[in-house]
This record gives sequence, C-alpha cells and structure tokens, in this order.
Amino acid sequence: MNIMSEAAVEKALDQKMSDANFKMVGKDVSVYYGEKRALFDVNLNVRKNTVTALIGPSGCGKSTFLRTLNRMNDTIEGCRVTGKITLDQSDIYDPSVDVVELRARVGMVFQKPNPFPKSIYENIAYGPRIHGLSRNKSDLDQIVENSLVKAGLWNEVKDRLLEPGTGLSGGQQQRLCIARAVAVSPEVILMDEPCSALDPIATAKVEELIHELRANFTIVIVTHSMQQAARVSQRTAMFHLGNLVEENDTDKMFTNPDDQRTQDYIMGRFG
Amino acid sequence: MSGYLLAILALAALVMHFVGSARARATQNGASEKTHSRPIYHGLNAAIWTGVPAFIFLLLWLAGQNSVINQLVVASFPGSESLDATTRSLIMSEVRQVAAGNIFKEPTPEIQAAVTHLKSLQQISAIAMVAVIAALMAIGAFLGYKVIGNRFRARHSVERSVTYFMMFSSLVAIVTTLGIIASLVFEALQFFAKVPITEFLFGLRWEPQIAIRADQVAGQGAFGVIPVLFGTFVISLISMIVAVPTGILSAIYLTEYADKRFRAVIKPLLEILAGVPTVVYGFFAVLTVAPAVRSLGISLGIESSPNSALAAGAVMGVMIIPFISSLSDDALAAVPTAMREGSFALGATKGETIRKVLLPAALPGIVGGVLLALSRAVGETMIVVMAAGLIAKMTVNPFDAVTTVTVQIVTLLIGDSEFDNPKTLAAFALGLILFIVTLILNLIALRTVRKYREKY
Repeated sequence: MNIMSEAAVEKALDQKMSDANFKMVGKDVSVYYGEKRALFDVNLNVRKNTVTALIGPSGCGKSTFLRTLNRMNDTIEGCRVTGKITLDQSDIYDPSVDVVELRARVGMVFQKPNPFPKSIYENIAYGPRIHGLSRNKSDLDQIVENSLVKAGLWNEVKDRLLEPGTGLSGGQQQRLCIARAVAVSPEVILMDEPCSALDPIATAKVEELIHELRANFTIVIVTHSMQQAARVSQRTAMFHLGNLVEENDTDKMFTNPDDQRTQDYIMGRFG
Repeated sequence: MSGYLLAILALAALVMHFVGSARARATQNGASEKTHSRPIYHGLNAAIWTGVPAFIFLLLWLAGQNSVINQLVVASFPGSESLDATTRSLIMSEVRQVAAGNIFKEPTPEIQAAVTHLKSLQQISAIAMVAVIAALMAIGAFLGYKVIGNRFRARHSVERSVTYFMMFSSLVAIVTTLGIIASLVFEALQFFAKVPITEFLFGLRWEPQIAIRADQVAGQGAFGVIPVLFGTFVISLISMIVAVPTGILSAIYLTEYADKRFRAVIKPLLEILAGVPTVVYGFFAVLTVAPAVRSLGISLGIESSPNSALAAGAVMGVMIIPFISSLSDDALAAVPTAMREGSFALGATKGETIRKVLLPAALPGIVGGVLLALSRAVGETMIVVMAAGLIAKMTVNPFDAVTTVTVQIVTLLIGDSEFDNPKTLAAFALGLILFIVTLILNLIALRTVRKYREKY
C-alpha cells in the first residue's frame, strides 16, 4: 500500500478543493496573431460564482484572453492559441470538443450592443431555439420571460416584445444582449467592456445586473474603468503588454497591490 | 464655323484664367487687408464669366436658328398661308436640298427665290451669332477682370457655378428618359389609334401581318400582346430558376466559407462573366445548348422544337448569375461582424448563423439584386433573338419555342418599315409595355429594399 506523506495528502486535497472552486483554469496560455504574439504564458483561474475583472491598458491582451475562453478567436484568421484552458477540468481546445457546445456553456456579451435585427422576442428565443431548449411555444415564452426578468428588462419591454430589438436604447440593447446570453443557460458569461458604449445611468443598471447574475453564473468581465472593476468584481487580474501582471482579490488589488505596475496603473500613472 | 468659335471660346477662357489670377496675385501683394479668395479662384471666376455665358448662348443659337430661319423662309413663300403643315415641310426640305446643291429637277422660280432668301438669312444669322458671342465674351472678360479685389468672394462665386453645373448634370439623365418616354408614348398612341387598346392588352393572338392589298388572303393581323408577354414570362422564369439559387449560394459560399485565395480568384472571374457580350451567350445558346435541350426533350418523349424556351432561359440565367451573386455578396459582406459573433457566442453553428441571422439581415440587398436581375432578364434581347422562337405560342412546355417582347420588337422593326403601318407601330406599343413592366419591377425592388431594410 502506498502511503502518502501528510504534506502530499494535504497538497492533493488543496488541489482538489481549488479545482472544484475553479470554473475555468488557464495554464500557460499564449496567443499568436500570425507572427505577432499577443499573450505570453498567462496562468489565470476563474472561480465559480465570482466576478473576475480583467483590467489593463489598451492592447494589453485582456480581450484576447477573454476570447480564448469560449474560442471566439477561432473565427479570426491566422490566430493560434497554445497552452491549456479547462472548463470543469476538461480541455476546451481538445480536438474532441465541439466549439458549438462550448459556446453554449460559455456565453459572451460584446462591447457594442449587437442585438439581431429581429424582434425583442426573437432575439431571446434565438439561442433556445437552436439548442432545442423548449418543447413548445409556452415553454419558449417562459424562457424568454425568465431571461428578460433576469436581465431586469422585463418590465420595460413586456408590452412590446414584437418590436425590433434595434429600436431599444443603447443600455436596453446591452441588457437585451445579456438576456440573450442568459437564455441558453450558460455556466460562464464573458463580458467584453459591456458598458463602454453606455451612459452612466445605463452603466449603473448593467453593473447592478452583473452583481445579481453572479448568484447563478460565473462571470469574467473586461473593463477599462477601475471604478467598475472595483464595484462589480471580487477578483481582479491586471494585464500589461500581453503578460498577466497580478491576480488578486479586488479589495487587495485596489488598496495594496503586490506589483508596482498595478499600483501605477490604478493610480493613473500610465495606461 | 461653330467649331472655331468653340475653340476661340475655350482659348479666351484659358487666357482670362491666367490674366485673372495674375491680377489677383498682384493686388494681394502688399495689400493691408486680409484677402478672401486665393488667386486661383479669381482666375477661375474670370474664365467662367468669359466662357460660360457665351457658350450657353452658342448652344441655344445653334439649336434655335434652323426653325426660325425655316419659318421666315416659308412665310416669305408666295401663298404659304393657304398651305398645310405637310406641304410646308415638303417645300422647306426642297429649298434646303437645292441650297445644298442637290438638284434633282429644275427648281421653280418661287423655290429659287426662297433659296436666295434662305442663303441671305443664314449669312445674317452667322454674322449675328459671331457678333453676339464676341460681345458676351468681352463683357464677361471685362467684368471678371474688373471685379478682382481683395474682398471679392471669388471662391463663393466659383463654387456656385460648379453647383449649378452639377445640378445640370444630374438632370441630363432624367430629361433624356422623359424624352424617351414621350417618344414611346407618342408612337404607341398612333398605334392605338389603329388597333384598339383593349385588343392589344387582352388579345390572345399575336400575328402582326397587315394585308398589302385589301383582297389578300393573309388578310387580318392580330395584335394581342398576351402570348408575347407570356413568352417573356416563361423565359424569365426559367432564367430566374437557374440564376437565383446559384447566385445566392455562390454568394454565401464566397463570403462565409471560401478561403481568401479561392475568393480572390473566383470573384473576379464571376464579374468577368458579367462582361461577356450577350451575343456570345446567344451563340452558345443556339449552337450548344439548344441542340442538347432538344435531344433531351426527344429522349424524354416531350414535344421539342429546335429553338426552345429552356435553352434561351437557361443561358440567360447563366448570364445574370453574376448580378445576383455580386449584389448578394455585397449585401452579406455588409452585415457587421458583430452579428456573426453574437450568433456564434450563443453556440450557433455557421449554418444556423447564415440562415437565421445573415440572410434575413442581408435580405433587402439580395431581393434588390434579384429584382434587378429580373428586369434585366425581361429586357434582354440578343440571347432570345438568337435562341428563342418567333411564333407567339401560349405554352408552358419549356422544350417548345416561345417568343418574347424584345424579339418581336426586333423583328417588327427589321427591314422595310413604314411608320404609318400598325405592324411597325406595334413595336412601340410593345416597347412601352416592356418599359412599364421593368419600371414596375424596379419600383417594387426599391420599395422592398426600403421596407425590409433591417438596420443593424
């Protein structure tokens, strides 16, 4: 019988505990756009039911990293990803993984609201329809309503579900896109600067929404606003020039960061 | 004569440009106040004032002088008050022929007198024209030179002239179209005076012969447009059946699936296809496709003729594929990447994204392309002249020969045509119908595109 040392047992237990806590694990992730390398061996873990904020100056690779998490980079010609990213301990870049299934589990909200040029109802029903999540019309109605309620948009649009989604205001459009992502019941929602095209009031609403969504989803958000990162996230990761500089609890990050570069960036000395 | 005048005009304008800008530069040097326009605008302004009024006057004079001279000559002709319009124009053309030296018979003294009158009038006209143009040029040049100064807004003046010129250019196409419509309607009305419009619009027989003698056996012709329109409809339908799926599918493949190198080769090739002369397609249809279609029809046991609707329609379909594919391609490519990403991020496959997001969003552009292609198919002439038939038959058998509106227009106008004969005038009525049909198609296309435009 093979008896482990106590330390080894503890370490293995730790590992197991943290693996269970980590929804997604990125190990030595590098991204190349053709010859150009955009990310350098990033090791970053995403915790379950937590909002993780990715911050850093423009072009630092935070959006690139975000897009590796649901393989949206696959659609970009000449883009290559190395390293390993797991979702619930299974490699998402494994050849056996169907990227369509992956994206149903890891949803995404974009910088600019991009509702389809269809009705509000059809915008939400799109995902459930293609994944066959509803058996009949009333099922689908229920999913649409629930998603809109979760996105805090139901009361504003319930009387005009058949009007085009593009007719909503910018903030409403963005919440529509969040509702659309929520409708396929993903486990992780990626948000790429979701508030950068919105006014402060709409931003506040979306932030509130992110806060509520945390209960049911794991969220990764890229943001340019320090205040937003501080307000909505529990964990923050700072990127610079394609490297992960520091990853820490948000509170610690904004009061007493370990890395000088983080300090400088947060204080507004560069970026 | 007017050619020399034009050259002198252009030269004068050019000279005034240099003179004007030189003067502007001279006045600006050492001026205390700030100058408004740069010297080049002063020069351009002087050139415009020198050249343009005189040029417009020249055009108007050339356009108007003949009819004025004609009237004067005819009025001086003895006893002209009692003559009708046809005789007057006959006299006038004889006078002009004699004046030009084409003498077929010895002219009467009256004609001789008229010729002398005509020649003197022409001389007066020429001298007057030169005098007026010279005066206009001189006045324009003088004013254009005089007005140059530091505060003169030459740039505004030049820009206004350019705006008027652009406005005029945009009106040219419209005015020409109106002229075309007017002439079509005029001739068609003459036709409808001989053949009742109801017979033309609702008649089921198209046999455009007219008896040369009253007792001829071939006797009555029939001018019912329905069979001809029906033939156009059948051939257009066949061509759309060929072109619409092919065009749209190729557009989808090229925008969404094809890799860059394939696209770089295929897209220009498709566009070259649009540049092949239709007469070449016609050869292809009549020499290659029609015999093949015929033997296919015979082997299927269907009544087949050497010229078939299928051959003409299919080749025409191939001809309009580039229209549909190119316009659909543009429409698909114009759908923002954000739409694709939004759909992919929800776990949609490429096929689902194309069917449910891209095609609906690109629909207006695609429909516009299809309708444009359709109006082209309806108006296409050369392929059907070569490959479709001449006899108007109401048949839906694609292996049989049908005729089209355009084919009939061509055959009616070829050869010995008299413009007081319904056989010839029928061509204009057909042209009018064709014009109205394509106009309606284009209107529908415009409306569809506007109505279903999905703003993204």
